[in-house]
Amino acid sequence: MSARDEVLRRVRSALGDERKPPPPVPRGYARRSAEPRADVVALFTERVAEGGAAVRHVGADELATAVAAALWGREVKRIAVPADVPYGWLAELDGVRALADSPPLDAAALAAVDGVVTGCAAAIAPTGTVVLDGGRAQGRRALVLAAARHLCVVHADQITATVPEAVARLDPVRPLTWITGPRGARGLEVLVVED
Amino acid sequence: MTGAPAPKFAAAARVALADTRARRELRAAAAVFGRRRAAVPEPPDWEALRAAGHAIRDAALLGLDAHLERLERAVTQAGGTVHWAADAAQARRVVTALSRAAGADRVVLDDSLPVRELALDAALSRAGITTAGPPARGADPGGEAEDGGGAARVAVAGVDFMVAETGTLVFVEAGDEPRASGGEAETLVAVAGIETVVPEWRDMEVLLQLLPRSLTGERMTALVTCLTGVVPGDGPREVHLVLVDNGRTRVLEDEIGRDALRCIRCRACHHVCPVYERTGGAPYGPVHTGPIGAILTPQLRGVESAAAASLPYASTLCGACADVCPVRIDIPEVLVHLRGEVVESRRARPVPPPELVLMRGLAWTMGEPRRYEAALRRGTRWARLAARGGRIRRLPGLLGAWTDARDLPAPPAEPFRAWWARRRR
Amino acid sequence: MRVALFVSCFDDAMFPGTGRAAAAVLERLGHEVVYPPGQTCCGQMHWTTGYRQEAARLARAFTEVFTGADAVVAPSASCAAAVRADHPRIARAAGDPGLARAAEGLAVHEFTEFLVDVLGVADVGAVFPHRVTYQPVCRADRLLATGDRPLRLLRAVRGLDLVEMPGAGECCGFGGAFAMKNADVSVAMVADKVGHIRDTGAEFVCAADNGCLAHIGGALSRLRGGVRVLHLAEILAATRGQGVPA
Ligand code: SF4
Repeated sequence: MSARDEVLRRVRSALGDERKPPPPVPRGYARRSAEPRADVVALFTERVAEGGAAVRHVGADELATAVAAALWGREVKRIAVPADVPYGWLAELDGVRALADSPPLDAAALAAVDGVVTGCAAAIAPTGTVVLDGGRAQGRRALVLAAARHLCVVHADQITATVPEAVARLDPVRPLTWITGPRGARGLEVLVVED
Repeated sequence: MTGAPAPKFAAAARVALADTRARRELRAAAAVFGRRRAAVPEPPDWEALRAAGHAIRDAALLGLDAHLERLERAVTQAGGTVHWAADAAQARRVVTALSRAAGADRVVLDDSLPVRELALDAALSRAGITTAGPPARGADPGGEAEDGGGAARVAVAGVDFMVAETGTLVFVEAGDEPRASGGEAETLVAVAGIETVVPEWRDMEVLLQLLPRSLTGERMTALVTCLTGVVPGDGPREVHLVLVDNGRTRVLEDEIGRDALRCIRCRACHHVCPVYERTGGAPYGPVHTGPIGAILTPQLRGVESAAAASLPYASTLCGACADVCPVRIDIPEVLVHLRGEVVESRRARPVPPPELVLMRGLAWTMGEPRRYEAALRRGTRWARLAARGGRIRRLPGLLGAWTDARDLPAPPAEPFRAWWARRRR
Repeated sequence: MRVALFVSCFDDAMFPGTGRAAAAVLERLGHEVVYPPGQTCCGQMHWTTGYRQEAARLARAFTEVFTGADAVVAPSASCAAAVRADHPRIARAAGDPGLARAAEGLAVHEFTEFLVDVLGVADVGAVFPHRVTYQPVCRADRLLATGDRPLRLLRAVRGLDLVEMPGAGECCGFGGAFAMKNADVSVAMVADKVGHIRDTGAEFVCAADNGCLAHIGGALSRLRGGVRVLHLAEILAATRGQGVPA
């Protein structure tokens, strides 16, 4: 008997023949929230800051300046960016060299950058989390995880009011990276774009 | 395993108690957890989340066969490969073979529970493969080469949850313990206990709230990675999932004991346990520790050995663990149940243990009022003779453990029932 | 109301004052107290130590004695919890549906719970001019959902200066068989508990169970802690003109 058949046989014999269906899952926890958008965005900002990451609100027309200022403020000289990062985000860089991850940067090249700039797929207000799914402007996981500094651009309409709302919005078939707070020496900085 | 049999909990605990520095550290760790938890107010729907978490984990276990088959299909469809292991030896063979096939002489291994349970570190070393822990995230990448980090071909990582519906593997990292699930390795070998499956993706909306708060006291852990099969151009080119039984189906057989398999390995029960706070993990054995270890290990390994049989007794049944457990495992009641299993397994022994003789005798005496009353008179007389200044300072036999550090008052000459009878006259 | 008093075997032999006090309080409140003959032991120790068959034997004997009583009151929290929560489990483990039905049919109350919930009183007319601290009974309080009922009763006692014990919610380390099987850990726990009790400056530490109190009291006595242990019922029984119970 293969290990597979053996394990499944054991599971079946452990559960027995007269199985009752498990009771339904009571989902009485908060799934959606009717809070006004402005409060949700404010809560996200508060929680990101509480977690120890820098966070700023910017208008869409100020984004390029804000990105440049954030990098300048941290003395970042070389950044890596996903190949499809919107050109406008990087339009005002001053003294910063941006390397597009296309063709994919090798480990040595990644090791030589000071930071990355990405977007996100969703953000969660009550936990102060940004979630990347490898989609537009987010790049592959190695790019994000290797960098010492991560500047993440979050559009206000990407912020969900609850964890269940974020889970519903995310596609689990995509590679998901949930980032909360700065970890170790790694710095997270968030720019919330009010569209 | 060879060598002397493992010591009983009490004997190992005596050694641990003598280590005052370790006790101070344990106490400090418990205090840190308490403070962190207190700093983050409990969400208003916490009890509803616990109820949902309980039901989700039960649903996972009660349909485990179907969920595992569904998971296997989903992982395979997404480009991953599923392997099965009935026991630890099989799992070690699978992981070693996969590492060899990938041409790795170095493997990155995280410090997760399945990796420790299967002693993969030692197994890979025996196969001539060097192992290293994953580099701390965000560490200065230039430093990695010096401490032996750097990109390895193969990463072996313990899985926290797997979603049957989508084939998604979920890795939850607290800030201080990086996992090997990052995007660096070419081949990812994910190792999972079969019980870590959950039926649906939306179940993660509950577990990703319950686990972080219970694990670190925070609202969300530093990093959560969800990986479904192979993603072209992103992360490992090969994803292998090793599904490990290693005693879990044995636990599943016991309708009461199986509740232990709901565990999501958050360690909240450790942080609140007054016994663990004083003994630390060592007396519980090498893999599962704390209150959950006390109910899991005797079930995984059986209660024949004295060490495993002592674990269900390593608790005052105070219930602090059950109050905090995010999936509401009633650990004290499972402990009582397992104590029953221990006693049952000893009944058939040719020479009955002294405790069994004593407890049987007591029940025989107490089960009948006249026998009880006669024994009460005898016992009162005897105990009053043994007392000095109204206190008993030394008891014989099994009761001696009491008086080693505690006095016992001498029983009064007149028991309650005698007083009542006298009053009525 | 006619109240059937259950006095645990341990209290019967070792702390008869607790049963006397419980009877006195109930009678003072105008209720009739009976002590059903033939009662012995609820089987708690056997059950929680793993002796299922023996526990079933004792549970059956208990149920026979108390079936038919309007209300069974036990001034031992752990025994009340054993009868209410464990007896049905004992019956299930023994495959004895008759016992399960009988056990579930009993109206068993822990003493403080009976006073507050069934009789609806918090002030039982007690006078106890002393500094007192209170220790919960962890497992029983969980199974019985005791909550703050004992504290409500204590707060209503005239002259009583109730001081909160730091870390009161942490187990004292008794745990029945645990106190013997894991004596070292048990003693390490009670040593910390004794420290907290002393910090309160209380003259008395009280609880609703003499098991925990024998453990705490035994350690206080050995360590010459200077604080006395007293069952809560004995405080509630004290009235003006009566000295401190011995
Ligand atoms: S048993 Fe302990 S480790 Fe497992 S989920 Fe419950 S509290 Fe967490």
